[in-house]
Amino acid sequence: MKFGVVRFPGSCDEVDAQLAAARVGEAVLLWHADRDLQGVDAVIVPGGFSYGDYLRAGAIARFAPVMDAVAEFARDGGLVLGICNGFQVCCEAGLLPGALLPNTGLRFVCRQVQLEVVNASTPFTAGCAEGERLSIPVKHTTGRYYAPAPLLDAMSERGQIVLRYAPGENPNGSIQDVAGVCNEAGNVFGLMPHPEHAVDALTGSADGLALFASMASAAGPRPLARA
Amino acid sequence: MPNLQAPTAAGSAPGLARALELGLTEFEYGLIVEKLGRPPAQVELACFSLLWSEHCSYKHSKKLLRSLPSEGPALVMGPGENAGAVDVGDGLVCAFKVESHNHPSAVEPFQGAATGVGGILRDVFAVGARPIAVLDSLRFGEATSPRSRYLLDRAVAGIGHYGNSIGVPTVGGEVYFEGPYEQNCLINAMCLGLAPRERLIRAAAAGVGNALILFGASTGRDGIGGASVLASAELGVDDAAKRPSVQIGDPFEEKKLLECSLELLDRELLVALQDLGAAGLTSSAAEMASKGEVGVDVHVDRVPLREPGLEPFEIMVSESQERMLCVAVPERVAEVLAVCERWETRATVIGEVTDSGHMRVLCDGEVVGDMPVPALVDDCPLYDLDPQSPVAQLYPAPVRTLHTEEPREVLLALLSSSNLASRRPLFEQYDCVVQSRTVRRPEQSDAAVLVLDPSAVAAAPDAPAPALAISIDANGRRVACDPYGGTVEAVLECAANLACAGAEPLGLTNCLNFGNPEKPHIAWQLTESIRGLGDACRALGVPVVGGNVSLYNEGGQGPIYPTPVVGMVGRLPDARRAGGLGFAADGDEIALVGPFAPDLHGSELAKLAGAELPLGLPEFDLDAVRAAIAAVRDAVRAGSLASAHDVAEGGLAVALAECALAGGRGATVSVDPERPTPGHRKALPALFGESPGGFVVSGSPAALAALTARTRVVTLGRVGGDALSIDAGETRVTVELAALRQATGALAALFA
Amino acid sequence: MRVRVLVRPKAGILDPQGQVVQRALPALGFEGVRNVHVGRLVELELDDPGQLPEMCERLLTNPLVEDYEVLGEDGAPLAQPAGDALR
Repeated sequence: MKFGVVRFPGSCDEVDAQLAAARVGEAVLLWHADRDLQGVDAVIVPGGFSYGDYLRAGAIARFAPVMDAVAEFARDGGLVLGICNGFQVCCEAGLLPGALLPNTGLRFVCRQVQLEVVNASTPFTAGCAEGERLSIPVKHTTGRYYAPAPLLDAMSERGQIVLRYAPGENPNGSIQDVAGVCNEAGNVFGLMPHPEHAVDALTGSADGLALFASMASAAGPRPLARA
Repeated sequence: MPNLQAPTAAGSAPGLARALELGLTEFEYGLIVEKLGRPPAQVELACFSLLWSEHCSYKHSKKLLRSLPSEGPALVMGPGENAGAVDVGDGLVCAFKVESHNHPSAVEPFQGAATGVGGILRDVFAVGARPIAVLDSLRFGEATSPRSRYLLDRAVAGIGHYGNSIGVPTVGGEVYFEGPYEQNCLINAMCLGLAPRERLIRAAAAGVGNALILFGASTGRDGIGGASVLASAELGVDDAAKRPSVQIGDPFEEKKLLECSLELLDRELLVALQDLGAAGLTSSAAEMASKGEVGVDVHVDRVPLREPGLEPFEIMVSESQERMLCVAVPERVAEVLAVCERWETRATVIGEVTDSGHMRVLCDGEVVGDMPVPALVDDCPLYDLDPQSPVAQLYPAPVRTLHTEEPREVLLALLSSSNLASRRPLFEQYDCVVQSRTVRRPEQSDAAVLVLDPSAVAAAPDAPAPALAISIDANGRRVACDPYGGTVEAVLECAANLACAGAEPLGLTNCLNFGNPEKPHIAWQLTESIRGLGDACRALGVPVVGGNVSLYNEGGQGPIYPTPVVGMVGRLPDARRAGGLGFAADGDEIALVGPFAPDLHGSELAKLAGAELPLGLPEFDLDAVRAAIAAVRDAVRAGSLASAHDVAEGGLAVALAECALAGGRGATVSVDPERPTPGHRKALPALFGESPGGFVVSGSPAALAALTARTRVVTLGRVGGDALSIDAGETRVTVELAALRQATGALAALFA
Repeated sequence: MRVRVLVRPKAGILDPQGQVVQRALPALGFEGVRNVHVGRLVELELDDPGQLPEMCERLLTNPLVEDYEVLGEDGAPLAQPAGDALR
């Protein structure tokens, strides 16, 4: 299983994502200016402040050459995981529905939170049980998930709400406590919490490892690599 | 000795009046004229006024600082470089330093604090170390002051903005609220980084003919401020906007700069590296030349500018952020520029190393400044202080806020006081986990703990994981009571915090924040404090690897408390055995360990009660404290203790409450009120008195008994229940955990 | 020509920045202030203003959560080529 972790100018958690993914497979870095995905089985768009969050978080990163390749990879069914800033990039790029807005409290929040698994049938959560609690840290200023009500209802019906903040744990005012969503096809998943920072009890919790392990199990035949 | 070229361009000599406006004394101006053989030109006066300023030259403190110990078995790089460094094993060194950014933060706290972090980060990666953590030490006036709340809010936001954006975790720190800081807040930022030993680089420029390359952000008018009196044009009303005093930080630019710098070093493309901080290009170029005992030519017309029309002196003194200076041999210049381009970092050859021993500033080929490097960097006159101990306390008594002596109420008042309440509303604004090293986050242990190699932790889950522990400490009010003793206490406190995590100190950095040293009583504070710092470091065998001095922190209402902020880095062999401060299991025995001799003088309780500050603090047995620190450290390392917590401000009862809250478990303990103080109810000194050398530990009775061979151990009681219950002779204090939690949540109101 | 693109949060979406500013004003003595929203300004010079709608939709704004208005050199709203409605 080979993971590719994208690195933009300003990415901060790409090495952390690489370390986490390396616990269940092989993990390489994908430079933002290269369209070559190096034959990976899954792409991780990591956390950080790509391009300084200038204009809007993720607004500039989504136009990086590598994201053209990631979009094509996703269209062909490849697994894409967007973490925090990566979630923002995926929404800006139209790979995921909705948008991330400033936290209601208007401050950066770094906190260990309890998540609830809403959909345990995605390739990212197959190793979890529905209703299971995961202890994973959040750290962001712009993490309030938003989608217009009709869209959100449709997403909910289609099982696109994958993770919620447990009751009382919502750190940013996300609508309906949404912490992570996937696309209709279920192969692109974005979440604001950082599973790569929950892979070892020594540094807090190992609950996030299940997401990477699920991806490793799910990796099917690789999509056709194109130049 | 090469002849000094009289500058041909950019104006006649500004003269003595301008020099005085720039902060030089008449004596200093005369010295400059003597060293140049003529009056200084505009650019030269600007350069001297900055390099001979207190901030750059340490002219009032250097003689004293030389007395500090800077030798030690782990020391790799001592004071004088961008950052000091110690060996941490496995071929790695840790570079670290603390610096102040006090005056800019009082003007604009968000940017002042942010650029303070930016500056200390650059100091660390300028020596080739990748920054792995930031800690901050903040001081403001009382929390009742709207201005202090504003400064706190903005400073925390600024630190978070910069540290979070650049991907360096902020893992610890301290905040104090005291009246004397109302007009002069203190913002001290500490950074530590890791490097393979071979990648450490110094700032000494070398190799005549080598290229001087400026890379990073473009140069604007940031921070020119006071030097603007030199401007050739008359300052009109609108022109004020053109001369900003505030430096604006851009963490995104610095992130690119950091990666670029480390790659240049990994590829061995550089001869020397220096960051641009206070006094910008002037100090960087001059210091590089000084360390290398060479000369340097700087062509200001080649410096990339953010806006047109900067005069040569402005380019030389600009404090625009996120810029570095390096030296490379001519054959490698193209590669250097290519690496910078890959990181989207502007890079320009702006000069070269010469054998003239001078720093020459050229503009379009004309020499506009020509100064001997030793005159700039080494020959600033150093002043002796005229210390005189005061006969009465300099500082007014704190405002009384506590009107009861009932111990339960006192405990709740202390826990909710601004100096002791939980800092969670602050530290949750900081990313403390990025880089995957953090094993102990804020409020989990007395020191932050970071593993040296996160990938090794994954690869070998059963092997020991070597780690660093870091703490930053000081108590200005206690130093005001006793500059010598209070400073020794600060060093011991730091070492005690490291011990509770299981770490042995490897090195110390310090930031000395004081008032005007030309006043005899402040000179006395500084002299005594440095003496205490040196003695404490020698007693513990910890070298001073570097530091910073910030003087003249005083306003119309008087000086700040003398505040020697101490940062210590230590090593523990196995992060899996890192200590924690919370009670861990019901039934564990609790003990007070060490030569703790509680006294209310200079304590937090005395502050809340509005007591006058005493002159002098009680003496203590330094050897006994050192023995206790070592005993606790070894017990934590052996894994024999369930928890360990240093007893600091607020005394024993507060420490017990903190252990209970962190562990989510109550305790039932008895305390023997040994030292009643006349006029107080008997229990207060025992419950809330302070002194060095006290630890609250918990564990099995056997583990606690084993400590008696090395230090004093007093059994207190057991972990269990939902309340903290303290039996102190005539007094019993019982507080539910929920009530304790509510009390310590008081700071949240400051961030509403 | 020089234009200014004013970007503001869509009506109906929670705007905490606007709320904070609206709460802060009375505390400073400014009464009678309502409906405060905080957005963003993008100023640019460009040769072909016909490109503006696409620039706004693709990069300068997030159409899901933001509305925008384009002002010309004189500060007046810019007339757009027929068929492209300003949102």
